[in-house]
Amino acid sequence: MNLLTVIVLLPLAGFLLNGLLGRRLGRTFVSVVGCGLPVLAFLATVKAVLLLQAAGPDAALLEVAYRWASFGAQGFDVAFYFDRLTAVMTLIITGVGSLIHVYSTGYMKDDPSYARYFAYLNLFLFFMLTLVLGRSLLVCFVGWEGVGLASYLLIGFWFEDPAKAAAGKKAFITNRVGDAGFLLGLFLLYWALGTVNMDEINAAFAAPVAPAVSASLVGVLLFIGATGKSAQIPLHVWLPDAMAGPTPVSALIHAATMVTAGVYLVARLHGIYEHAPEASQVVAVIGVLTAFFAATIALVQTDIKKVLAYSTVSQLGLMFLALGVGAYGVAVFHVYTHAFFKACLFLGAGSVIHALGGEQDIRKMGGLWRKIPVTFFTFAIATAAIAGIPPLAGFFSKDEILWFALASEHGGSPILWVLGSATSLMTSFYMFRLLWLTFLTPSRMSHDTEHHVHESPLSMTGVLIVLAVLSAIGGFFELPHFLEPLLPMPAVLESLEHYEHTFVFVAVAVALLGLAAATFMYRRGLARGEALAARFPRLHRVLGGKYYIDELFEAVLYRPLHWISDRVFLGLGDRLLIDGSLHGLAALTRRASGRLSRVQTGQLQWYVAMAVVGVVGCLVWVWRHG
Amino acid sequence: MGEATWLNWLLWLPALGMVAVTLLPRGRDSLVRSVTFSCMVLQFFIAAILYQRFDGTVAGLQFATDVPWIRDWGVGYRIGLDGLNVLLVSLTAFLGPLVVAGAWSAVHKDVKLFHVMVLFIQFAMLGTFLAQDLFLFYVFWEAMLIPMFLIIGLWGGERRIYATLKFVLYTAFGSILMLAALIYLVLYTHGSSGYMTFDLRHLSGSQLPLNTQLWLLSAFALSFAIKVPMFPLHTWLPDAHVEAPTGGSVILAGVLLKMGTYGFMKLGFPLFPEAARAMMPVIMTLAVISIVYGACLALVQSDIKKIIAYSSISHLGYVMLGLASLDLIGIQGAILQMVSHGLVAGGLFLMVGMIYERTHSRAVADYGGLAKMLPVFSVFFTILTLASIGLPTTSGFAGEFMALLGAFNAAWPAHLAGNDLPLILAVIAVSGVVLGALYMLWLAQRILFGEARAPHAPLTDLNARETAILVAIVAAIFAIGLFPGEPLAKTELAAREFQQLVAGETIHLGSTR
Repeated sequence: MNLLTVIVLLPLAGFLLNGLLGRRLGRTFVSVVGCGLPVLAFLATVKAVLLLQAAGPDAALLEVAYRWASFGAQGFDVAFYFDRLTAVMTLIITGVGSLIHVYSTGYMKDDPSYARYFAYLNLFLFFMLTLVLGRSLLVCFVGWEGVGLASYLLIGFWFEDPAKAAAGKKAFITNRVGDAGFLLGLFLLYWALGTVNMDEINAAFAAPVAPAVSASLVGVLLFIGATGKSAQIPLHVWLPDAMAGPTPVSALIHAATMVTAGVYLVARLHGIYEHAPEASQVVAVIGVLTAFFAATIALVQTDIKKVLAYSTVSQLGLMFLALGVGAYGVAVFHVYTHAFFKACLFLGAGSVIHALGGEQDIRKMGGLWRKIPVTFFTFAIATAAIAGIPPLAGFFSKDEILWFALASEHGGSPILWVLGSATSLMTSFYMFRLLWLTFLTPSRMSHDTEHHVHESPLSMTGVLIVLAVLSAIGGFFELPHFLEPLLPMPAVLESLEHYEHTFVFVAVAVALLGLAAATFMYRRGLARGEALAARFPRLHRVLGGKYYIDELFEAVLYRPLHWISDRVFLGLGDRLLIDGSLHGLAALTRRASGRLSRVQTGQLQWYVAMAVVGVVGCLVWVWRHG
Repeated sequence: MGEATWLNWLLWLPALGMVAVTLLPRGRDSLVRSVTFSCMVLQFFIAAILYQRFDGTVAGLQFATDVPWIRDWGVGYRIGLDGLNVLLVSLTAFLGPLVVAGAWSAVHKDVKLFHVMVLFIQFAMLGTFLAQDLFLFYVFWEAMLIPMFLIIGLWGGERRIYATLKFVLYTAFGSILMLAALIYLVLYTHGSSGYMTFDLRHLSGSQLPLNTQLWLLSAFALSFAIKVPMFPLHTWLPDAHVEAPTGGSVILAGVLLKMGTYGFMKLGFPLFPEAARAMMPVIMTLAVISIVYGACLALVQSDIKKIIAYSSISHLGYVMLGLASLDLIGIQGAILQMVSHGLVAGGLFLMVGMIYERTHSRAVADYGGLAKMLPVFSVFFTILTLASIGLPTTSGFAGEFMALLGAFNAAWPAHLAGNDLPLILAVIAVSGVVLGALYMLWLAQRILFGEARAPHAPLTDLNARETAILVAIVAAIFAIGLFPGEPLAKTELAAREFQQLVAGETIHLGSTR
């Protein structure tokens, strides 16, 4: 049986069923199809994992669906490839994906476009699975662009609001910039290797005779693609705006799965990066800078989803930091733990927003823990997990990232460690700030809102509980070890070999420091935070303005492009130069040919007759002189 | 019936249809439409059978007819299918019925003449693609001008006279140069070989001195570049599209523009291979300028039809880039991109026509929130938008991707040999991928999303006829996008021959190593 193909096609069937028939067949049908098929895909994945485990640690399942196009002996196959890395990603996608589908049945219950929502969500799963299961970069690219499409459709799901539609467009176009880099890398690899199958690419770079192409160039080009999809500097600008979509979408696409595609791509092609120290350095530096700067922005955000969005950007930065220092398995470990706690946080935020009738401003919340206790407890666990409090999931993965940022022989350095730890400190601080302001401080809600606060239905709270449990215990599964047959760990600098445990304590201390600081500042409410902001007004404004990157792009890219297109190309080129000289030529001819112009009667017969006479004349001339 | 007879039926059926429609009594508009439509459907089925039976593993012409016409000049009625034209003939036959169906309720003035002209242009277009004789080619090439002139001039918009004159003068200018060049070519061959022929098989790969080749190719290229159109010979296109009635726009974007790219592929490059090699940098540069320039101009238009018109300039730039790469994948991509653009731009123009029938406005600013008001319309418009952007799984991706890959396959060896121009051009061409998303998504955002508004609202959504037209187009777009291997298998041999003929042995080919 073509198990891998089935995994990919199940959500596509859901998309087609719900997209074509959903509106007619009603909500029960939509829910059953929309949730049922992802669950089936999850079960099929479990079966594939069992098959894989039986085959050995570095084995892979391979399925060729069909040949997309061939050129002589070469060609592009649509083929699916399943090894331990794929297995981890596929389990996350179908597992967390299924949970979020179930949650959505509660969250989107009253939405008039219920069928469309589930159709899009299933479409997303289809493309995401294509992305991670594709054996070749081309199939991966199909998924890569496809998840961008699904994301576009879901961000702009409530398209009546122009701001939301614009956010969708911004996401798509920013991603496209990255995709151009991806394509360039793909073209270069195809020319150099004659294949774009990722297992063969890794093998080619591991071969004793190096390919006729610079690994660093390819690495940087593909990383440009990754910066788009995974929201790294300078292409991170779309992700915070993407929060315009429904909250479960933010949880699934913009936290747990799609945005980690860039991390997956680099890990999958580790064979290139292992031989590309310069490219790896770029990855590490961009990663740690993104992590740091996004965390600073998260400190001052007041929209519950925006805090989580910048936190996601920051955590993705940490994953790239791990990739850059050669700890590929650790990066995937963080993808995995992050999927649980960040999905839990977003869905918890969704539950809060649901309870408050759409309110997202944390300054207008507070005291919610009594009213929505399940949401509070699960949110608290996930907060502790992301902050790196042991023994929750985030602690394990983040601690390993920081350790390798310092100690890896593949580019580890104290600067990376300092910036990474500072990020960790800020993460702990802004997450507990969020927890205090939302749930624990005295209520700042209006009486009317407070009156209507209610806990979410079981479909939502049940999912929160499952994710909170996974956020708590997920870290005990030693994922880097599981992946080691594929993704070897980098060697550790000799001088630091014996200090690993010391740094564990440092990491825990940092997390606790963040917790303590947030508690000190926000235990009583907003006052202390506002006083601090008032003391540093300029800094606060810069952070609140997100370093004005959007404005910068607008001023140096978007507006000049419009200006040149409009004034130079259209005004000067088309109208003045090309059409102007044509019109001039016409006028000149008309004037010069004074009498002859009477021939131009404007009647069609004349023109046809003239043309015929001309052609015949030419032919006669040719016949005579030939 | 012999196999060649089928092909003759395909070509002459529209001509017979013209006669039949002409003989119909006055005032029977729906009868005129039905007869034309039946004729188009019939020729589509013939084309489908021919496509099915076309064997991609056999070199040369299939279903060919070759009978003398003007013996003294060596002119023959020579037609046939080969790998270069088989997809374009199928595309033409596929779009024919859709054009008629699309104009069903849009044309009310001189219905009979309109349909005669549509059949006429169908006949001329099929003839141009099928002609294997330079004289015959030229006759059909020129013949296309007459119905298009009338379609824009009689059923067009307010500025139709300006648009139609611009179109005709541009094209006629190019044609005259081509005529002069082809006469020179035939006479030269006559002088060197002792017999006169217009048979393309004998004329290609000519041994003319390079200098002469350059002059002649320039003349041909000018004529073809106007049709494509390539920068800076493109300014007729937006005007012609805006003023043309829907059917005219669909024919223009769907098939007529491919005459230019097909002309390069069938005549220009193979007739003068040495000159083609010498001129490739210029052609590639103009192709890439067209990609970027067309996209930038599409960005600042306020008329929906103009946006799609400028996008055509950009998309056909990829075709020329793929052809000019002289790489097998690039050439195959170029052929696929021609078909894809015909479907996508044809479909978009049909959709603009559908909305125009309801509102009589093409101004982007007049619309908003159509997704709410016209959900079915919006689904199709979104799909076509995505295909235009070149999203994977659509035909737009397959063509664009292969054309770009071919350009890179050719550019890297050149780069390693110290010539950076192709690489720079190819990198710039990739930026078209971003620009394409920019203008098309912005268009979709402005008309589909936001607050619902449109002239003459509330509007009725697509009816069954309109939905059927779009289903056909969308099905073709996905079929090609998901399974491009099927059509490409029919064209590969011809693409390879084209490549060998034009590239000679001097060009290093990345894809065949």
